[in-house]
Amino acid sequence: MSIRVGKTGNEAVAEAMRQINPDVVAAYPITPQTEIVQIFSSFVANGKVDTEFVTVESEHSAMSATVGAASAGARSMTATSANGLAFMWEIVYIAAGMRLPIVMPVVNRALSGPLNIHCDHSDTMGARDSGWIQLFSENAQEAYDNAVQAPRIAENPDVKLPVMVTMDGFIISHAMEVMEILEDEKVREFIGKYVPENPLLDVDNPVTLGPVDLQDWNFEHKRQQAEAMRNAKPVILDVASEYAKLTGRKYGLFEEYKLDDADIAIVVLGSTAGTAKVAVNALRAKGVRAGMLKMRVFRPFPAEEIADALKHVKAVAVMDRSDSFNAVGGPVFVDVRSALYDVDNGPKIVNYIYGIGGRDVTPDHVKTVYADLAKIAETGQVENPLTYLGIRE
Amino acid sequence: MATLKELSNKEILISSGHRACAGCGFPIIIKQALLAAENPVVVACATGCMEVCTTIYPYTAWKVPFIHNAFENSASTLSGVEAAYKSLSRQGKLDKKIDFIAFGGDGGTYDIGFQALSGAMERGHNMLYICYDNQAYMNTGIQRSSATPRGANTTTSPAGTESYGKKQYRKDLSAVMVAHEIPYVAQASPSNWNDLVTKVKKALAVEGPAFMNIIQPCVLGWKYPSDQSIELAKLAVDTCFWPLYEVEEGEYKLTYRPKEKKPVEDWLKRQGRFRHLFKPENAEILKEIQEDIDTRWARLLAKCGEEA
Ligand SMILES: Cc1ncc(C[n+]2csc(CCOP(=O)(O)OP(=O)(O)O)c2C)c(N)n1
Ligand code: SF4
Ligand SMILES: [Mg+2]
Repeated sequence: MSIRVGKTGNEAVAEAMRQINPDVVAAYPITPQTEIVQIFSSFVANGKVDTEFVTVESEHSAMSATVGAASAGARSMTATSANGLAFMWEIVYIAAGMRLPIVMPVVNRALSGPLNIHCDHSDTMGARDSGWIQLFSENAQEAYDNAVQAPRIAENPDVKLPVMVTMDGFIISHAMEVMEILEDEKVREFIGKYVPENPLLDVDNPVTLGPVDLQDWNFEHKRQQAEAMRNAKPVILDVASEYAKLTGRKYGLFEEYKLDDADIAIVVLGSTAGTAKVAVNALRAKGVRAGMLKMRVFRPFPAEEIADALKHVKAVAVMDRSDSFNAVGGPVFVDVRSALYDVDNGPKIVNYIYGIGGRDVTPDHVKTVYADLAKIAETGQVENPLTYLGIRE
Repeated sequence: MATLKELSNKEILISSGHRACAGCGFPIIIKQALLAAENPVVVACATGCMEVCTTIYPYTAWKVPFIHNAFENSASTLSGVEAAYKSLSRQGKLDKKIDFIAFGGDGGTYDIGFQALSGAMERGHNMLYICYDNQAYMNTGIQRSSATPRGANTTTSPAGTESYGKKQYRKDLSAVMVAHEIPYVAQASPSNWNDLVTKVKKALAVEGPAFMNIIQPCVLGWKYPSDQSIELAKLAVDTCFWPLYEVEEGEYKLTYRPKEKKPVEDWLKRQGRFRHLFKPENAEILKEIQEDIDTRWARLLAKCGEEA
């Protein structure tokens, strides 16, 4: 059925894009995403896709052209990282506001400044409230699987929202992994034919897109957008269960790793989940009831489901790979803590900010987090609500 | 050349009832440009007076498919639309000839959208970009742009005791677009409708990108009575402030030569934004403005192979 291959994250996502065969891709290179653009260019050059590839002069134009193409009625994609995402910022919001089902892989990289090309989540976390669905990936396999599922989610009539598929820069994007890909026909069958709504190119039925929308209607339209994000949750799950039938790989809103009976747990996103699993296994071998929750879907934020999954845990640490400079804690922490607010006698919850600018995180780092949690679970006291992990203070 | 009779038989693709100021020049430009098209047209438009006045939800003045994305990206947005057209046509999902026109104001074109425009032209999309040049950021209340003429009083280049208005001459964007070596570049004016319509026809007929710079009198920003827009456009042409020419595959051609080149003062003095230039202390500035026009005109005549 599936095909076993060795691929880096970037190669895996480029492969997914080839199989999706978008009508239009408009993209601009930036480390660590560059390879996706290069590999996709070679697909175009060798007739492997039907895509019209627009070699734009900037990311602002990449997102602008993608919005134009999607409005025209084309299945459209782009890809970026960090400063590229920041440069397209204005249009990232417009893509969501115009309800365009664009899919965009984002290879996570620290947002400047200072300039840094390595992984953290400051780029996509900054865009967490831009109206895009955000799917995080632990490895190349998940990046591929998320990318293949993304068009189905984005194009669902109850959703019609753009989707970011993220993976950690270098750690995933440049590391070779053995993984499984689907046959081309399987992917094409799974994503189906794209039937756009009110496309610009339907010249016999002219529409005006992107009008001025003032006090009398803007609020209703924003309310519809909010509802679409709520609708996305069941749609993401439906698409995942269909995908599981095809591949045997199950996806939910998040993954629970040894969480059922855990006393202490961490919440984590991206490649660090793999590192954390090593730490959990080591602790479990010593009889420590450690668990982990790995978020896949960060937007829409699965608040009730997370509260339910963590309510029995005594102490929870949220690991943020970006700071939010709000003088409180990282973005994931703030959301998870808010999700737990209504849980009676819920867990104590603390925040760890780590891995900024590509700073390495090892199983030993994660073990120190669990050690702190064990102490909190035992005493019921929180000494340090926020810890910067693996840093020279 | 289209005859008036021919044009009067065609549907006007912009409706009345839009919110532009009485006498505004751009609705006339839209009307003339869309009348020129032989095929169905898809329009993209930058944020600015044109977009804001014609598309207040739930109304639209556009009878053709229209997209507004943001201020600086009319060119890149339309390049995406055109790419979609190419892709879907190639795949056999679409079988229709469609023309593509992007509109942007001078702010959206000379300034903030300059890079997107340059990129789209360089990539060779089959589209016509029309700058409706009213010589300032009108939508936000008449701020200077790089298209604002020297000496103009705007809200960010106000005339005052120490200032005669904008210090710099306008950027010659048409020349910059010629330097892109695209198949077709032209300057036009709604006062010379036949010239404008003919140029749009040519621009749409060429394979690849075309750029047109069209002067647009603005009642509010230029400060003149609302029934004089076309007269002011005509004076801009007849004073050679706004020469009408085209550059086809690099070949310059003057498409209209005023019988008598009028002094620029004839145009300036009709507009409130230049009123302060007529104070005695600004006499030298007026002289320099005239000299600048003379120099540019002579240079253009030479390029067009016209006698001086
Ligand atoms: C990124 C961005 N910066 C600033 C603005 C505010 N803004 C809207 S329209 C405009 C000026 C438009 O000027 P121009 O392109 O000349 O068009 P006009 O209004 O004169 O027709 C400005 C500054 C904006 N919408 N977006
Ligand atoms: S301000 Fe000027 S450009 Fe804007 S609608 Fe009024 S006349 Fe037209
Ligand atoms: Mg203007």
